[in-house]
Amino acid sequence: MTARAALLWLRDNLFFSWKNGVLSVVVGGFLLWVVVLLADWFFVSAVWNGGIEDCRLRQDGACWPFVQARFRQFIYGFYPDVERWRVNIVMLVFFVGIALLVWERTPFRGKLVLFMLCVFPLASWFLMRGGIFGLADVPTGRWGGFMLTLVLASVGIVSSLPLGIMLALGRRAESLPFVKAFCVVFIEFWRGVPVITVLFATAFMLPLFMPSSVNFDQLLRAMVGFILFSSAYMAEIVRGGLEGLQRGQYEASDALGMTYWQSRIRVILPQALKIMIPGILLTIIGLFKDTTLVLIIGLLDFLGMIQAGISDPRWGAPNVPFTGYAFAAVVYFVFCYSMSLYARYIEKKFSAGRERRP
Amino acid sequence: MSEMTGKTLARTRWSLRSMWASRKGRGVIYQVIMFAALFLLILILVSNVFYNMEQRGLKAGFGFLNRTAGFGIVQTLVSYNESSTYGRAFVVALLNTILVASIGVVLATMLGFTVGVMRLSPNWLVARVAAIYVETFRNIPLLLQILFWYVAILKPLPSPIDIFQQGESFALSFNNRGLVFATPLPQEGFSLVLWVLSVGVLGSIAWSWYARRRQLQKGDQLPVFWPCLAAIVGLPAIVFFLLGSPMDFAKPVMARFTYEGGSTVVIEFFALLWALVIYTAAFIAEIVRAGIQGIPYGQSEAAYSLGLKRTQTLKLVTIPQALRIIIPPLTSQYLNLTKNSSLAAAIAYPDLVSVFAGTALNQTGRAIEIMFMTLSVYLSLSLLTSFAMNLYQRRKQLVER
Repeated sequence: MTARAALLWLRDNLFFSWKNGVLSVVVGGFLLWVVVLLADWFFVSAVWNGGIEDCRLRQDGACWPFVQARFRQFIYGFYPDVERWRVNIVMLVFFVGIALLVWERTPFRGKLVLFMLCVFPLASWFLMRGGIFGLADVPTGRWGGFMLTLVLASVGIVSSLPLGIMLALGRRAESLPFVKAFCVVFIEFWRGVPVITVLFATAFMLPLFMPSSVNFDQLLRAMVGFILFSSAYMAEIVRGGLEGLQRGQYEASDALGMTYWQSRIRVILPQALKIMIPGILLTIIGLFKDTTLVLIIGLLDFLGMIQAGISDPRWGAPNVPFTGYAFAAVVYFVFCYSMSLYARYIEKKFSAGRERRP
Repeated sequence: MSEMTGKTLARTRWSLRSMWASRKGRGVIYQVIMFAALFLLILILVSNVFYNMEQRGLKAGFGFLNRTAGFGIVQTLVSYNESSTYGRAFVVALLNTILVASIGVVLATMLGFTVGVMRLSPNWLVARVAAIYVETFRNIPLLLQILFWYVAILKPLPSPIDIFQQGESFALSFNNRGLVFATPLPQEGFSLVLWVLSVGVLGSIAWSWYARRRQLQKGDQLPVFWPCLAAIVGLPAIVFFLLGSPMDFAKPVMARFTYEGGSTVVIEFFALLWALVIYTAAFIAEIVRAGIQGIPYGQSEAAYSLGLKRTQTLKLVTIPQALRIIIPPLTSQYLNLTKNSSLAAAIAYPDLVSVFAGTALNQTGRAIEIMFMTLSVYLSLSLLTSFAMNLYQRRKQLVER
């Protein structure tokens, strides 16, 4: 019966006309060929142990010793060896926190959100930066690798949410023309220019705008750029959520005599934010991908570290660049794709809830 | 006297309080405070700029645009050399950005529509392949993709020296320097070919217009594609060969270390273009799919029952209607592609950011002026686009009624 069902499925989906039969065979063959090729290159013919000499000897496969030798740098950058436990703690809390947030039966999920958005970023900043509580000082110039990617992405996400909400509310404040104009100009400006020029602008121009006593290091400048454009992107998502809400919600909260902020905090935002979650997640994916751009202004994030490793003449072999980029691509893909799957899941869940209502 | 002052004071206090009591009044107060804060912030920033520039001995102004740039640019669409001005370098860089963006938009649209339609294919495997393509390239950072195509794929191509013996000449070659080809030099009589070509193009436009009108009036279809192809390609080609090929080619010749002569499209251009097209097409495919799915299935069913085939249904019924949904997000993808072309800075393709906000800024130190010019270019582009989109949406609403 199952074999028959499988045959029927094949007939209905792959061989429903002779043209499509040929097409299926060709496409299937192509797919199979690609899979075999990749599997051979990455696993079968790959160099698994040894050093660069082995990679130079066997060039028809991936050079995994490159990733093994550089793995610590890919993750921690130039963070001192003895202090790595601090980064490990932060990453552990980060990933456990995310896992608990995704799991729907976690108790006190709302409080956990607040913890992850407010307390955790500050605490981890001080833990990694050091210089207090007897922790050794680790200047941000030594931060790098995947840890820096996470720091940049988190800073962008954490600060863009409140700023984006304020900007979106300001943009919809019809009775406050000046506030509205400011928000519109701010949002459209930072959304209208390429991210890389924002980073260039903060990297080159911030020192000019600051009093000479204030010294912004490279990472802080990049963070300022990140906050500026990420809040503008987030504001547009929030605006979409606010506009998607029925007018009745605004009118009802006004009719109850709520003040502006009471109505926003207790009625409008909780509902709007719920609709916005998929959009917010997509923006976060974009931000996460955009962290790679700091490479151009000289910060060594995860991709920057891999790029530095590839350019290292000691690791000069034809299969090294391919291996390095493939490794980076897999890591970024896993993060971005799981986020987009989660966004899709949330969207389905909410739309199912909406459809059930009469 | 004192009584008077007290009264006025009381009145002002009362009026402020009454202002605070009404929502509108509070709004005015908020805005005044915000305006004052913003004004103060800008004042502080500007005074900092003046102070810092004085400290560093920097001068302000756009006079540097007339000074000699002194650096070369590997790909120039208009004449440029090391003794040209910074202003000229700006134009050259801007044209390079426009070149990669405009070709990228066309190719990404073609690929994106193909993949988007493939995703909705009744053939399970074809739909899967399209989905894998979209998910893979959407979820990998663009910069990583650019570096991958550039460093891992295109740079290891053989160099021109490897391909050709010394002293040999060649007509066309794709190597790790880029696309190197013989420069066409039109000879006397070539203008006639161009005239014939323009007549062919105009004739084709007129013919397809007539064919469409006739189909609307009488219902029969006239052949359009083949006659137009013959008029645009065939006719000029015949004239070209009848005139005895009035075209010379300046072939690149291998010298000791590299080739000389000929024309080159640099390899960075291909790396950037390819990555931009692959990346943006993945997003366009999703937009196209959503647009087609947004059209009620009854439309396709009606077309099928009229006897149209799947491709005809897509071309004549579904996509024209879906375009209303597709075009606004599609334009924002075009804008994204243009903005993303600034990632050229990572592989040193001479675009606006890499040449002007990079090399020129480092040489002159005019951070404010240069960033101002660069940002204005992108900003005016996106403002123009969103303006056009608003117009389009307004028109579309009228049409729908």
